Amino acid sequence: MRGADYFIKRVVFAVVTVFVAITINFALFRLAPGSAVANLSRVPHATPETRAALKKEFGLDKSRGEQYVLYLKQLAHGNLGISFANQQPVSSNLRTALKNTIPMVLLGTLFAIIFGTFTGVISAWRRGTATEGMTLGTALTLYAMPTHWLGLMLIIVFAGTLPTGGMSDEFLINPSFTEHMQDLARHIFLPALTLGLVLFGEYTLIVRSAMLETLGEDYILTARAKGLKPWAIMRKHALRNALLPVTTLIALSLGYIVAGAILVETVFSWPGIGRAVYDAVLQRDYPMLQGAFLVLTVSVVFFNLVADLLYFKLDPRITE
Amino acid sequence: MSVVLHEPGAVEETEVRQVRRGLVRRTLSRRPSAIVGIVLLTVIVLMGLLAPWIAPYGLHEQVGQPFEAPSPAHPLGLDDGGIDMVTLLMWGTRISLLVGFAATAVSILIGGTIGLSAGYFGGKVDTVLMRITDYFIVIPDVPLMIVVAAIWGPSIGHIIIVIGILLWTGTARVLRAQVKSVRERVYIQRARALGASHWRIVGRHVLPQVAPLLIANTVLTVAVAIFDETALSFLGLGDPSAISLGKVIENAFERAAISSGAWWAIVPPGILVALIILSCSLIGGALEDALNPRLRASHLGARSFRLRPLVGRSPESV
Repeated sequence: MRGADYFIKRVVFAVVTVFVAITINFALFRLAPGSAVANLSRVPHATPETRAALKKEFGLDKSRGEQYVLYLKQLAHGNLGISFANQQPVSSNLRTALKNTIPMVLLGTLFAIIFGTFTGVISAWRRGTATEGMTLGTALTLYAMPTHWLGLMLIIVFAGTLPTGGMSDEFLINPSFTEHMQDLARHIFLPALTLGLVLFGEYTLIVRSAMLETLGEDYILTARAKGLKPWAIMRKHALRNALLPVTTLIALSLGYIVAGAILVETVFSWPGIGRAVYDAVLQRDYPMLQGAFLVLTVSVVFFNLVADLLYFKLDPRITE
Repeated sequence: MSVVLHEPGAVEETEVRQVRRGLVRRTLSRRPSAIVGIVLLTVIVLMGLLAPWIAPYGLHEQVGQPFEAPSPAHPLGLDDGGIDMVTLLMWGTRISLLVGFAATAVSILIGGTIGLSAGYFGGKVDTVLMRITDYFIVIPDVPLMIVVAAIWGPSIGHIIIVIGILLWTGTARVLRAQVKSVRERVYIQRARALGASHWRIVGRHVLPQVAPLLIANTVLTVAVAIFDETALSFLGLGDPSAISLGKVIENAFERAAISSGAWWAIVPPGILVALIILSCSLIGGALEDALNPRLRASHLGARSFRLRPLVGRSPESV
């Protein structure tokens, strides 16, 4: 019964958060200081008639309350507006962008999870040795590098051997499926590696501190007092418990990664959601920006919910 | 807890205070990584502070051809406008540090106030404040920063505020947990019984207790703030008239430093940012390590596993 309570509580929290995000989104764009029309339309010397027409077109002649209700209604129908830049519906633009972002982000994250967990565990386990110094040093250095700068460094290193921009070779005529996949793999390598390296640093640090906390627990001491072999303590007692919070942290970070891909996608001209945000900022394409922000927020909230539920599944003790 | 009636608080208070006061200094002087961090950060901060006096050339002084290669006169070459890179890096550090510290101040002020009030007052105040914090944690900060910075327009003040108002959640959470435990200590209950005001209790008794943690948190926040500034600048949302390290990287990227082979225009600013963040992480990490008693028990790690005897809890691990 308590499980059901917990479930409902988390779902309600997620729904309310999305609602809060939608409201912030509305407020940021409509209630921001400065005349919205002048900002939105970018028409320097418009006549009063043009201004009135624009106001009407953007629905700005209505009251704030009416605008809000209208916004919610449109949103419920999946209408995120029309992009100023290419006159296409924002929702279809975003769908294409997300489809490009997901494989790149997944690849980078997978790399980071596998190597980050391994290195983090080793680092905590060999505390006080040169191994710890080396792994911790590597992780901290990668963590300290600005993501886009690391990408630029990889471009300098790999320029000439690997493509450094875009998603596919435009001069590939009628490629077969394998050719197409090879081309994609070559293009995805650098952006995914950049993301993977930065996340690797972060995950190593997270796993390491979770592991260290667990190694300080009383039951580890008990296990040690029982005379268990270090390896058995590590595998049966420490690792299992340490990976509990790590699982949720990784689920949690998935949402943020999509947001964090903005820098990587900008460097490598990867046509994903991050690049869409960057272009929208450059072109002051407010509907796109608003839509992208909403998608990013919803994905973070969604993964947050997944993390909560996952944690409950793994460790039923927590019901607050 | 065994109650000693005659002034238990007095003794405990002075002891704990002394331990706490020396803690920051002792922790930092004992750990090699922390020392490296402090030395690095000091050098970098001095470089930024003294930029107007020690920079070899003027910030807007064109001293040669665009992207001129490194030479004895210009050890790191020139940028796309023919400006000496060493000069540019010093001034860039100055602006980056300014943004980093100012944004952190905003963030610590908000997070500190919320964390302290929530932890100290508890009850309804706690519930409401933490609910607000929960929402702020979930909303992705980088996209929100981008949106706000794009709407407000590029200016250094806006960047500072945008970063500051989105970074405080971590501080609030950490501080609340710590204050909650401090609040229940005997000497604080005693001070309350003696009729001390909230201001006095918080100012004299709670704040000094949580200060080391707050310092650790501040140092770590500076790192994040500088990272965020670099990111925002790279996306073209930085102040065009304030050349930060992020702006230097963006300029070099925009003006095709890479395809011109001018690595000296783009590699050093990134290294400098990484060094600032690294030194902050080292200092903050060492402090946090020392403040978390559970981590210290991890001498149970592999090699020392069979060698070391069990160490009793030291006085800090209250």
